[in-house]
This record gives sequence, C-alpha cells and structure tokens, in this order.
Amino acid sequence: MRHLLSIDDLGRDGIEEVMALTDSFVEVSNRPIPKVPALRGKTVAWLFYEDSTRTRLSFEAAARRLSADTMNFSVGSSSVKKGESLRDTAQTIQAMGVDAIVVRHGSAGVPWQLTRWLDCAVVNAGDGWHEHPTQALLDCYTLREHFGSLEGRRIAIVGDVKHSRVAGSDVRAFAALGAEVTLVAPPTLLPASLEGWPVQVSHDLDAVLTTTDVAYMLRMQLERQDEALVPSLREFTACFGLTVDRARLLPDHALVMHPGPMNRGIEIAAEVAESTRSVIRQQVSNGVAVRMAVLFLLLGSGRPEPIVTVPEEVAVHG
Amino acid sequence: MDADDMRRAIRRMAHEVIERNHGVADVVVVGLQTGGVPLARSLAATLRDIDGHDVSVGTLDVAFHRDDVGLRPIMPEAVTDIPVDLTDRIVVLVDDVLFTGRTVRAALDALAGFGRPRAVQLAVMVDRGHRELPIRPDFVGKNLPTRRDELVDVSAEGVSLGSVADSVGETTP
Repeated sequence: MRHLLSIDDLGRDGIEEVMALTDSFVEVSNRPIPKVPALRGKTVAWLFYEDSTRTRLSFEAAARRLSADTMNFSVGSSSVKKGESLRDTAQTIQAMGVDAIVVRHGSAGVPWQLTRWLDCAVVNAGDGWHEHPTQALLDCYTLREHFGSLEGRRIAIVGDVKHSRVAGSDVRAFAALGAEVTLVAPPTLLPASLEGWPVQVSHDLDAVLTTTDVAYMLRMQLERQDEALVPSLREFTACFGLTVDRARLLPDHALVMHPGPMNRGIEIAAEVAESTRSVIRQQVSNGVAVRMAVLFLLLGSGRPEPIVTVPEEVAVHG
Repeated sequence: MDADDMRRAIRRMAHEVIERNHGVADVVVVGLQTGGVPLARSLAATLRDIDGHDVSVGTLDVAFHRDDVGLRPIMPEAVTDIPVDLTDRIVVLVDDVLFTGRTVRAALDALAGFGRPRAVQLAVMVDRGHRELPIRPDFVGKNLPTRRDELVDVSAEGVSLGSVADSVGETTP
C-alpha cells in the first residue's frame, strides 16, 4: 500500500488486513508504556485545510506511539494566508523531508492530486463531501469488536448523508465487508445521485430502527449547508433524530454510533449518546489504533527503500 | 534431535531454570512469536510439573521493535499477550533458534514497555551461533554448529538442518 485515499483502494482484503494489524496496535495502546519504535526516524506532516480536533489529535497520537516525528501545518497561521498554492505548500513540506502527508481539504479529490505532485505517502483525512477512509476503518473495527463479522449485518446510516464524507467511506467499507446498508434521510439530505451506491434508501426512521443492528447517526453539518434543506432543526429532530423514545425501538443488541462531533439534541439525544448501547467513545479510542495500523502499513511494513524526496527538477519547474 | 530429545531438553532446561531462580515463584515464561510460543508453553507446563507452582505464560511479537523495520517486509504474526505486570518478576524469554541475536534485542526492547523485570533470562532450543550482538543464552537445548546459509527448523517433530538452496532453489553468496 502506497497511499490511503479511498476505501475502494483497500477492498475487502485490505480492510481485513488493517483490522488484523489494528488488533496488535490495540494491544500496544494498552501497555503500561504505549509506545513502540517502529517508525523511528520517519516524519509525518499534517496538512489540514479544515478544522479538526479528533482526527488530527488521533493521527498525532498514532504517530507518536509509533515514535514518528510530526510536523503540524495549520492553514490559519501559514503562508496559505499569503496566497501560496496547494501545490507549492505541499511540495515545500515534502522538500523538508517528510515520509507521509496526512491531508484534509474542503475539496473532493485533493489527496489524489497530491499524489501526482509528491513522492511521499498521502493519507486522506477527509476530502470535501467525498471520503474519510480512516473513520470508516475505525467504524468497521468497532463493529467487528462487537459483532465479530459484518456479514449480513444491517446498518442504518441516518441524517445528513449529502454532506457526509464519513457516509461516503462507511457505505463503501460496510458494503465491502458484507453488511446491508440503509440510508435514512429526507430527500434533500441525500446526494443528488446514488447510482452505484450499494445501499437501500428509506425515509421512515421508525420502521428501519426496529430491525437494524446499528444506528449510525451522522452529524447535521450546519456549516456546510448554505440553503434551507430542512424546514427547521426541530422538525429534522422530530423525524430523523435518535430521541430517547425512538431509541427504544431498537433491538436489544443494536449499537448506536456517531462520528463526532455531536450536536446533542439534534441528530442524537444526549441520553442516547451516553446509553449502554452507544459505542461512540470506543470509536474514538479505536481511532488511534486504526491510524497506527495505517501509518505502519504505509511507512513501516516493508517498503524496500526509504522514500526519496521530490527530484530537484520537479521541485523547481513543477 | 527428535521429539523425544526435545522433550528431554525441555525437562533439563526446566530444572536449570528452577535451580537458577530457587524455585518458580517469580518466574514468567514469555515465548517469542512464532517459534518460541509452543516451547514456552511446554517449558511452563514442565516447570509446573516439577515445582508444583503455577507459572504465567505470555507471548511476545517483536515486529514493531525490530531494527530492520522498513528495510524488509515486516508484519506482526500475532497479537502480543503479556498477562501480568513484569515489574520485579523474572522473565524467561523462550525462542526456538538463537542466531544473530537481533530478535532477542528487539524482545528486550519490547519488554521494557511492560514494566521493569528483576531479571531477564534467555532459553533457546537451538543455539546455532553467528551472533551479531553481545547476547548469550542462559539455557540451551542444543548447541548446533551451522554455516550462515543453512536453515534450522524446529517443530514439534524435532530439529532439522537444511540449506537455503534446498528451500528456495537457489544458492546464496
């Protein structure tokens, strides 16, 4: 594996490989001293063009537990404010000698574009409304911990699917592992086209909840909504929020998930988020181990030679 | 060495472990993945058998601690499992073959993440020589002089010696 851009790059075998490796890193994370020297001497840079708390901290913890060095680039305090292009910024960071760049950007496809300009490994930490593969991997890992296998499991992904890169990656990953995915949302919060998505669609949350194994609640991405897609938040919650009453419809074994950050009282009631069927905290702690597995696969698991930095001529004329 | 020879060697090593440590009260046996794990289990069972006390058994995968990470394909074989805090315990590391000593160095590094043992001792079924680091075993099943390019295979059936040429069909420099 050279980059992690999309769940599609991994396929079922690749996801299973990450899961198996994550088992080892969960064990490492539980040691009295949760640190191994595997990526000593490697440098990972964060290139985040969008706000992020948990993803960046989670990657940071993962890199440090592997003994990699990290470089932080936040757009707010950098030359991007002076008008530097994405390409110049990325190549400048690479020229400092990094082995991997973890990128988050508001536009879909930016990580792919970076792989054309750079020689180092690129990890997609969220591109626009498109994909967020490490989130999907940690979701799969969390489900695997509870169910063993996702084969034949019913997973309802509920809420703002349209703006959700989490949904984009989760649908691919859950389907690859054999789960039956149902999207539950008002038509205005679904993507314009679902062609090729291996999903069923429902607008009736109550009906879906009674038979589902997992209620995956998406964040209502108010910051990405520049038009009125729902009549009001109260009405959205009344129809598509996981309220206390509605959570009672779930089968006893069913799990509640959320990628965070939560809008408590909108897509999920605070009591439901704290209930015993909620695995939201486990998602976060598994996130570190999954990202350790991804970084180790990219940088430590057998690349025959160290990554060389971009050739001089490309750096100058590119 | 056949299976009976190995059984006798484990029994002798068990007696040596007990003698050296005046019993097994603080002893934890840790097998290195993958070849050391079955040997660690039978060493611990033999210790119990002789001394009457229960002995904890752990397994250790050293992939993340190797000094050649990134130079060749390295993936963990199994999840490490150290069931007890190692602080102030006597750890007996167990592996099937001691060769360059690099796996043991990685294992010593890995153990440091689980506490501070009072002592770490090394038991191996076969010491084949060719050390590249200042590491020596405390308990040895058999000293087996080898050439560098030979392969030593330890299984439940016994110990056998082959050459690289036999196994991969080419000669080594």
